[in-house]
Amino acid sequence: MRTGVECLMDGLQQAGVETVFGLPGGSVLDIFKDLYHAPFEFILVRHEQGATHMADGYARATGKVGCCLVTSGPGATNTVTGLATANMDSVPMVCISGQVPSNMIGNDAFQEADITGITRPVTKHNYLVRNVDDLPRIIAEAFYIAATGRPGPVLIDIPKDVQRASTNALTPQEIKIRGYNPNTAGHPRQIAKLAEALNRAEKPLLYVGAGVICSGAAAELTALARKARLPVTTTLLGLGSFPETDPLSLRMLGMHGSVTANYATQECDLLVSVGARFDDRVTGKLSEFAPHATIAHIDIDPSAISKSVAVDIPVVGDVRHVLTALLPLVEERPREAWLSKLGQWQEKYPFTYDQDPGKLMPQYVIDKIYELTRGDAIIATEVGQHQMWAAHFYKYTQPRTFISSGGLGTMGFGLPAAIGAQVGRRDKMVVDIAGDGSAQMNFQELVVAVEHQLPVKVVILNNSYLGMVRQWQEMFYKGEYSATVLGQADRPQNERVPGAAPHYLPDFVKMAEAHGALGLRAVKREEVVPSLEKAFAWNGPAVLECMVEREVNVYPMVPAGASLLEMIHSMA
Amino acid sequence: MKHIISAVVENQPGVLARVVGLISGRGYNIDSLNVAPTNDPTTSRITMVVPGDDRVLEQVTKQLNKLVDVIKVHDFTGEKFTDRELMLAKVMTTAKNRSAVIELASLFNARIVCVQSKSLTVQMVGTTDEVDNMLELLRSNGILELSRSGVIAVGRLD
Repeated sequence: MRTGVECLMDGLQQAGVETVFGLPGGSVLDIFKDLYHAPFEFILVRHEQGATHMADGYARATGKVGCCLVTSGPGATNTVTGLATANMDSVPMVCISGQVPSNMIGNDAFQEADITGITRPVTKHNYLVRNVDDLPRIIAEAFYIAATGRPGPVLIDIPKDVQRASTNALTPQEIKIRGYNPNTAGHPRQIAKLAEALNRAEKPLLYVGAGVICSGAAAELTALARKARLPVTTTLLGLGSFPETDPLSLRMLGMHGSVTANYATQECDLLVSVGARFDDRVTGKLSEFAPHATIAHIDIDPSAISKSVAVDIPVVGDVRHVLTALLPLVEERPREAWLSKLGQWQEKYPFTYDQDPGKLMPQYVIDKIYELTRGDAIIATEVGQHQMWAAHFYKYTQPRTFISSGGLGTMGFGLPAAIGAQVGRRDKMVVDIAGDGSAQMNFQELVVAVEHQLPVKVVILNNSYLGMVRQWQEMFYKGEYSATVLGQADRPQNERVPGAAPHYLPDFVKMAEAHGALGLRAVKREEVVPSLEKAFAWNGPAVLECMVEREVNVYPMVPAGASLLEMIHSMA
Repeated sequence: MKHIISAVVENQPGVLARVVGLISGRGYNIDSLNVAPTNDPTTSRITMVVPGDDRVLEQVTKQLNKLVDVIKVHDFTGEKFTDRELMLAKVMTTAKNRSAVIELASLFNARIVCVQSKSLTVQMVGTTDEVDNMLELLRSNGILELSRSGVIAVGRLD
């Protein structure tokens, strides 16, 4: 006989869990009693949202399933943003929440929330465990569902009485779920059709997303692109799936994509999506997207096919399986005319920024992070302008080195995700590139990095704005900066603070120090490199605040709903 | 265009909420909904009539298929199938119109299943069109209560 909690501990171990991120509470006291003696590491976070993003960052950096543990009610509701973030970006994660005792459910009990109801639309699957006999099976199923097919977060809600009840049930040897059978091998006829299209195409383009990283297909993708001389553009979350230092790389496409990648998309005669889902930030105006191209789509999720863009050659399957089968069927081709045209665009339209030595440009900071880490760091980001610059000015060459909330766009994701990534990859330098808006959203988790000696580096590009929203206000809302000014100067009348308010809050250097980390500030361009060197050489967590030029915009930019050809290159 | 979507699902709490949530979360209304166990008591069949364009409904069907608790989904639209609805209508009656209501019922192969001093309850099985038609004709008598099962359907192909 085992108790529910014992089943859980055994189940986590059998699933290969090495680290659990979480925070205790009344409904999980029994779980924490056994956790006290558990063979795996427990990381105590300061807010449950932090636990979910840490588990997420850990999963993205390692490819393993991230695991977090929280209490009922507010503990559980605090995971919603983290679950939704992981769900949008297909990140494997298992979240265990305590629940009030079964006989109290529905009674508005203390710290009760219907968390399976709340998280139903933002998880891949979830369970409310009603009977302890089901628990061993449910735990095994949860990890299986999280990691297979199109990965995603799974929540298991365990009432307190189920945790305490005893059972003879064992973990099943084999998992069979009749409603869940992801198809991994692509259909050979579809693969042959795709090969034929690739062999025939004069202007092909590979449009690569996170599916390549999920399925571990970076090597296969690189082999395919190099063999058949196929240019590659990636989505934001596809960064790292193909070396951006390779001449075949056109860098990122879409709203803030490179000119070359967007021009190539609009001119190609065959567009092959490899594990990418035609997100609206990629396609721009749908009716004008890739107008000359036959569209092929490799995806493990059948519902991703023809969701927004009609697909001519669908291949449902695991990207690695499909690419492995495709490679021998694809012929070598020089494609000189196409590649030379792309090369000319690349030369003409690189990502650029103001090189005035008197200005501390935000892009310059990322340029220097790239140089000093030799492109070998894991970069996490928050969400906003800095995120786009981190995509433009750092060249990613390895999968699982760019960790960012793409689909949901969750500010406050980067720091906890960086901590989770560092837990999973202690051998790597992990840098969170942040804006001053996002940096304030989960800063409390810096304590976790300090306590556990996880030497993450946080580089804050402080322009004292919510920069991306400010950019939209500048470009599309008459320059009226409503609620985007984080400093005191230049605020609209109704946001003015009476009396002598400090010019800018918080003081990030003091804040870093208060959390036990090294705090640094660079005000001038020439201070950036020495400060970065100091932060990187420091053997613990460090926060570097760079006081960057305030009103810098991310370019190129395709306005929302416009065609990819309608790129704005600058505010002339 | 109306779609008749039939899903075989795990007969478990919360499954219906998942299915309905997926559709309502996209802003679509469900015209009718019927749920009951199949011949395998561990599974239920959900039959839904959902209005919407074909492309959207194809996407909904694919998304339903993705749900772990959904075993099989089928959209009957454009196929041969047999569909029926059950209706119970409590019709206001007096000595004056009682025989007319009974006659109407027999014309539609409907049955009178409950007789009360001021009402008759008419039970009818038919396609949605037939039920609508019958209701239209009954309406002038005054309908006190109406309950329809929603469409259920089985395919005609083996």
